[in-house]
Amino acid sequence: MKNLFPVAAVLAALAITSCNPAPSASKISADPDNAGLKLPQGFGALKVADSIGQARHIAVTGQGDIYVKLNRLKDNKGIVLLSDKDGDGKAETQSSFGNYGGTGISLKNGYLYASSNEAVYRYKLDDQQHVTDTAKPETIVTGLIDRRQHNSKSVVLDDSGYVYVNIGAYSNSCQTEDRTKGSQGMQPCPILDSAGGIWRFRADGQNQSYGDGIRYATGLRNVVGLDWNTTNNALFVMQHGRDGLHDLFPDMYDTKTSAELPAEAMYQLKMGSDCGWPYIYYDQFQKKKILAPEYGGDGKKEGAPNAEEPVVAFPAHLAPNALLFYTGNMFPEKYKNGAFVAFHGSWNRAPEKQAGYMVAFVPFSGGKPSGDWEVFADGFAGMEEVTSPGQAKHRPCGLAQGPDGSLYISDDVTGAIYRIIYNK
Amino acid sequence: MKLVNGLVIGGLIFLGCNQQQTSSSSENKTDSVAAPAPAPVISDSLKAVLAKGQEVYNKHCVTCHQAGGDGVPNLNPPLTGTDYVLGDKTRLINVVLKGLNEDVEINGMVYSNPMPAHAFLNDQEVADVLTYVRNSFGNTAEGITKEEVKAVRAAK
Ligand code: HEC
Repeated sequence: MKNLFPVAAVLAALAITSCNPAPSASKISADPDNAGLKLPQGFGALKVADSIGQARHIAVTGQGDIYVKLNRLKDNKGIVLLSDKDGDGKAETQSSFGNYGGTGISLKNGYLYASSNEAVYRYKLDDQQHVTDTAKPETIVTGLIDRRQHNSKSVVLDDSGYVYVNIGAYSNSCQTEDRTKGSQGMQPCPILDSAGGIWRFRADGQNQSYGDGIRYATGLRNVVGLDWNTTNNALFVMQHGRDGLHDLFPDMYDTKTSAELPAEAMYQLKMGSDCGWPYIYYDQFQKKKILAPEYGGDGKKEGAPNAEEPVVAFPAHLAPNALLFYTGNMFPEKYKNGAFVAFHGSWNRAPEKQAGYMVAFVPFSGGKPSGDWEVFADGFAGMEEVTSPGQAKHRPCGLAQGPDGSLYISDDVTGAIYRIIYNK
Repeated sequence: MKLVNGLVIGGLIFLGCNQQQTSSSSENKTDSVAAPAPAPVISDSLKAVLAKGQEVYNKHCVTCHQAGGDGVPNLNPPLTGTDYVLGDKTRLINVVLKGLNEDVEINGMVYSNPMPAHAFLNDQEVADVLTYVRNSFGNTAEGITKEEVKAVRAAK
């Protein structure tokens, strides 16, 4: 019994060192300028890393390491691993692997899932959640359509062994001639057989393609941000709404209306959901599903009565690139189970000024919105008004939650990773 | 028409010098590299062509390529100093008439959106907008005539 104390002390010390890097918020402090961001009272921000490449989606491990998917290869690699070994919040080591660009990345059940614009791969993780063999991922899904436009394949997993993959429509509104003034919509829209929806595959399957999965939901033009909501066990997605109402139908829509329509919509999906693209768009002012002008609409006629209603309608063209339901304990109660949405920022609003370039928050209760959306983090662009997207210094693109409840935000302009913390 | 073309070219050179002097020029933030030279008045005919070209641009191109011609990162390419804008006229006219939707490098980057065909613009409109693009956003290149557009359109 004499020896118990020293043993306990050693054990305690081991516990502390083996938790390395301990996600101890105490050692972590916000940058003096909050990394240039504007945040609600009590929140702070620090830049974990910068200049890592076109950082799209991100995933944070239980140890606080960050996996980042790059849109384009940097030094011939498409996935970056950032580690903060001394626990000061700044990543001082960086390694990279994977020879494909893309957007999707997600951690689940001992695997890292990552996507190119045609395929989904997964890498086995060790007990530190590091990839065991970076050169040999399993190919989970392959042969997905990539016709340039809307080709990013975002991924999310549920708790029943499935991976959900967005396959964006290679079109704006399914016109016979894409984005061409006066061209009519194809009836039925042939794109929907292989794109314009969410496909579901087995998370542990090998080399699956269309025939091996199912089209879980359709009528979604392009989804980049999606997340699994564990409150009501459902997939939620953010659609990028259609462009060019004025450019394509100038007699029906003036430039201002075109800049303000349609809504960027959040949908809750179930198997077989149809969200109505390309036949309708959601008008957040009339609160109606309006028949698209390519399909005989006039801005007033309604269409697709059976299509899903959005659960949240945001302003037009803001480009929601990430969705995250917050389940952490660091932020105040209001944020628990609510949705963060990273808006990449618009381009389709000229001659009106551009909008977005911020992270929004929507409170949720019981798996449903319980209040209006609000701006949570702003200032990424580094200027008051963005007239052209190329001017923005940073654009929010990915979201992830850290083990301590911090919120991580990626930027695909310079490749910055932000971490948002709350200090009471 | 030779004469008009000559006037346009002459005017363009003058315009380059003019940009140098009036840095507050609304759509031009890029410094011109043209050597300073006595700055004669821009010919009225060129001014008229550029004004008409800008009108077409604001109606049919501005949403995608933006007011300053800087495009949208990863989606729509810039029209500033690109080979397409400054280079071969036939290729340039064809981009507008037939559109473009393939992975091509533009100033070292690839852009994923499609450029729709604008064959519905008439020869004069295509000539005006391309003359405008080739002499705005820091670009300086010979203007495009409606005869040149007509010839490319006829060749299919
Ligand atoms: C719907 C969006 C859209 C509209 C409208 C549009 N463009 Fe484009 N444009 C593009 C895209 C996207 C590309 C690149 C296509 C590719 O890489 O295959 C492009 C390419 C080009 C290019 C060649 C590449 C470069 O950047 O130099 C030129 C020149 C051009 N456009 C000029 C115009 C002009 C002039 C107009 C108006 C008459 C116009 N565009 C209207 C989207 C658009």
